[in-house]
Amino acid sequence: MELIDKLKILADSAKYDVACTSSGSDRAASSGQVGSAVGCGICHSFAADGRCISLLKVLMTNCCAYDCKYCVNRRSNDVPRATFTPRELADLTISFYRRNYIEGLFLSSGILKNPDYTSEQMIRCLELLRGEYRFNGYIHVKALPGADPRLTERLGLLADRMSVNLELPSQQSLEKLAPDKSKTSLLGPMRYIRDRITENSTDIVRYRHAPSFAPAGQSTQMIIGATPDTDYQILNLSAALYKKYRLRRVFYSAYMPVSDNPLLPAVDTKPPLMREHRLYQADWLLRFYGFEARELLDEAHPNFNPYVDPKCNWALNHMDMFPIEVNHAPREELLRVPGIGVRSADRILVARTSSRLDFAGLKKIGVVLKRAQYFITCGGKMAQGLKINQDSVLRAMVSDRCKEALPTPYEQMSLFPDPTLITTEDVRKCLTGQM
Amino acid sequence: MPDRTDVVYEYDGSFEGLMCCVFESFLRHETPCDVYNAYSGTAQATLYPVRSIETDPEKARRVMTAIPRKVSPAAEDAVRGAFLSDQPGIEAEIIRFVKLGFRYGARVMTLLTDDTVRTVTKASGRVGTESHLFKGFLRFSEYGRVLAAIIEPKCRILPYLVDHFTSRYPEEAFLIYDKTHREALVYRPYEAVIVPLQELTLPTPGKDEQQYRHMWKTFYDTIAVEGRTNPRCRMNHMPKWMWKHLTELNGEGGTVAGAGKALAAAPSPSLPDEERLLP
Repeated sequence: MELIDKLKILADSAKYDVACTSSGSDRAASSGQVGSAVGCGICHSFAADGRCISLLKVLMTNCCAYDCKYCVNRRSNDVPRATFTPRELADLTISFYRRNYIEGLFLSSGILKNPDYTSEQMIRCLELLRGEYRFNGYIHVKALPGADPRLTERLGLLADRMSVNLELPSQQSLEKLAPDKSKTSLLGPMRYIRDRITENSTDIVRYRHAPSFAPAGQSTQMIIGATPDTDYQILNLSAALYKKYRLRRVFYSAYMPVSDNPLLPAVDTKPPLMREHRLYQADWLLRFYGFEARELLDEAHPNFNPYVDPKCNWALNHMDMFPIEVNHAPREELLRVPGIGVRSADRILVARTSSRLDFAGLKKIGVVLKRAQYFITCGGKMAQGLKINQDSVLRAMVSDRCKEALPTPYEQMSLFPDPTLITTEDVRKCLTGQM
Repeated sequence: MPDRTDVVYEYDGSFEGLMCCVFESFLRHETPCDVYNAYSGTAQATLYPVRSIETDPEKARRVMTAIPRKVSPAAEDAVRGAFLSDQPGIEAEIIRFVKLGFRYGARVMTLLTDDTVRTVTKASGRVGTESHLFKGFLRFSEYGRVLAAIIEPKCRILPYLVDHFTSRYPEEAFLIYDKTHREALVYRPYEAVIVPLQELTLPTPGKDEQQYRHMWKTFYDTIAVEGRTNPRCRMNHMPKWMWKHLTELNGEGGTVAGAGKALAAAPSPSLPDEERLLP
């Protein structure tokens, strides 16, 4: 088989993996080496689906011993199979890297024979890259559940970031759809990687030349919409993973129907992209805005509001905490205002050291006044001519694209009521949390 | 007494030249309402008197050492960045910004609601953003043992790319040509220079090179998930004007589409520059 055919098959099987970031490691090449890593990561291109291409994302092999129902590479699926030899893949990575096509390699794999054998193949490829080719760029590698911890250890010493994909957010879903995996078999390697990273960080302090173990940390991924799990469950799990497992990132992947198994959504279901988007927004709120998962959702409201983003939703349900005074409020309160992000909050803190801020000034700083004006005062005053009623506030919060779905305040008269339209009553319920 | 503002400056287009404008504007108590660049010829008919500013390295040095010391290193970065942004009218803003800087000291960087400060910091931010994007959206092609790339950025980002690419490929010889500003970044192990270069035409890529371009294109087309096609999202992240020299979006021609043909038609005098890199 030609290399290009292999590349095609193995990139095609890897494309449902979301993680393609190259952030978290920062180092320059020393003489004789090729490659560097940049802390913030670099996107080298964007695919037609709008996702960043930063790494050469391929599988070592798409042959798999497992039969996970949601996966294209499952044993029972009839697709062309291919396997890279370690040298082929190392060659390809270097050639792409030299042309500045990519920031490094993202290596995952199906399970060929058993997890240990597959891990060994991956290690061989990475050793070629790091050793013979003296490659110093970014490597993201999957730890295979069920592989010997010593193999995981070796992978971690060669890679920048490691990840174990949880895929499904609960034990029941796993039992149903991925009979070969269990929660413990997935969390085991995650715990191991976490402990090694912690251990390594003290080693590096003690011995200058201690080899670093996954310096860019670990991440994971969950599929959204393949199982009945709620946003509340998923977000709580993410929060726990960030806290207890010290993950750098949790990725969410809207389920693309790949098989017509009765346990899964029908093949013609659209991927729940909006839900994925809301989860990412909430994820950012957890990591950068000081929100807790239980503030955003609870058992009574287990799913995100499709019309407004989680932060607006929270603010609309906590109107008693607003308005806040931009000239005095501490950073954590500023961050809770819809329309003020991390950057504009920091800019406000800087700007108000030298002058008092008014609404015109806020606009210059980059605050989205369209949303923020309902929640702030400048020098004790609200924005001029602002009408605060539920409908106008809601309209300001809803993005332009969602606005089409909302009813107009001045309804067109009609003899026949349109049953598909959402009523104002529904929207109110949504906002007050009854729905 | 407020500064005189009914005057226009003209300088030679270099950073030193602009620093001399700052120097003169202090000396003469005037804040020019516009600054013409004699090199790129932005001059136009004006009713204001035009003062042509001579570039004097000594005066420029005095201003350049004063900015980090009396204002702040961050202000110096903003000034240098804004200068490279190539934004129309930015020179006059820079002069105003430096004047504000000498009045307020390091605090000038906190005056985020001031229009001059905002224009200058925004312009320098634009250069930072654009150079960051081009660190990714730049495609090398291999010719012999030299890597060459052509870009068409809006800002003069080459100075921002030097550190990144030299620490990335310390052992390679490479050339990055900025077609907009007719400058080239030339590097061979442990030595980098930015030189003006009027024209660059590259030879037809070899067989290996074409094969890798083809593979990259295949990878690019394969990695997108069909069910999620989202052209708007792609354009938000990667504006269309940046696609011009991207291998994956330009068919086989890639980085130097058509350049090979141009060379066959008329061998360019600029090639020696590239040959010099060869061991």
